[in-house]
Amino acid sequence: MTTPVAQTDNRSITFPLTARRAALGLTALLSLLLLYFIGVDQGATSLFGSDTHIHEFVHDARHFLGFPCH
Amino acid sequence: MEFRYIYRGLGVGVLGGLLAFVFARIFAEPFIQDAIDYESGRDEAQSALDAAAGHHAGHEGAEVFSRSVQSNVGIGVGMAVFGLAIGGLFVVAYLVVSRRYPDVRPRVLACLLAAAGFVSLYLVPFAKYPANPPAVGHEETIGARSALYVTMVAVSVIAMGLAMVTGRWLAGRVGTWNASLLAAAVFLVLVAVAMGLLPAFGHLASNKAEYGNFATETPQPLQAPDGRIVYPGFPADVLFKFRFYSVISQLILWSTIALGFGALAERLAAAPARRAGAALAEPAATEPTPTPAG
Repeated sequence: MTTPVAQTDNRSITFPLTARRAALGLTALLSLLLLYFIGVDQGATSLFGSDTHIHEFVHDARHFLGFPCH
Repeated sequence: MEFRYIYRGLGVGVLGGLLAFVFARIFAEPFIQDAIDYESGRDEAQSALDAAAGHHAGHEGAEVFSRSVQSNVGIGVGMAVFGLAIGGLFVVAYLVVSRRYPDVRPRVLACLLAAAGFVSLYLVPFAKYPANPPAVGHEETIGARSALYVTMVAVSVIAMGLAMVTGRWLAGRVGTWNASLLAAAVFLVLVAVAMGLLPAFGHLASNKAEYGNFATETPQPLQAPDGRIVYPGFPADVLFKFRFYSVISQLILWSTIALGFGALAERLAAAPARRAGAALAEPAATEPTPTPAG
């Protein structure tokens, strides 16, 4: 009647948030955010409405680093 | 533990960005100015044509930052922050990969990783969508161009990751050298397929409709209605110099990260070992003395 099902195999897949993972994840995330502001923001997409201060300030760097610009 | 690496990665990233900026300020800014002068001259010629045809000329947008701010401070801050971000991504990749290859010397691993980063984050996307100076690129396609460029970067980075996994998997079967060659082949095939599938900027529908069938958005000669050329196409030498210097400045940034971080990581890797060695040396020095007595 009660066949032993895979009840015992109920271990969860753990991915503990160690200090190392938090540090690496946060560094990667913040780096990508910086890249976004240097390379893309206020061109195709904009986080601060139609303001163009970031775009115009880093204008030359954006061209020179290979990102598309107006 | 990781923080000591992360600080150093960010530091050499900023240093690389600043060195690349010094190069850009000296060598590239004159050509950026040439490109902007070309653009203003072309706009004037276009206005004159429009006026002759009876159209009202469009108004010029107000300057947010002066050219002197953009070409001295803006590009410096921009490239330093870019270096910081690249340093951050680099050190994350280094810490992840160095765990899987504990036998590779830190400075060798740093050089290999920086080379992989330079090729996948910059050089391969550049091969498909090269850096463009001001005046090259139509304002109305900025959305499509940004999306295509980011797609190319993403495909290239993912392809590099897949190639590295493939190389690691094959290394036990065919040897490290052959596995590396096969991994490089995997990378090249993946990015070549992506390059073949993604459209050229000039072939975007709106560009074809407005400017004709050109592969790029580089300005063609401006013609009057009677076919006379009233303003030349974008100067080829300026375009070449701008792109060539763009590659060199990225090389400066990535080399600084490779060599700078490699040297710092060697010292970090050696430091705990030296301390452990000192701790071992002390009892080792005292132990032999009682042995002959006993």
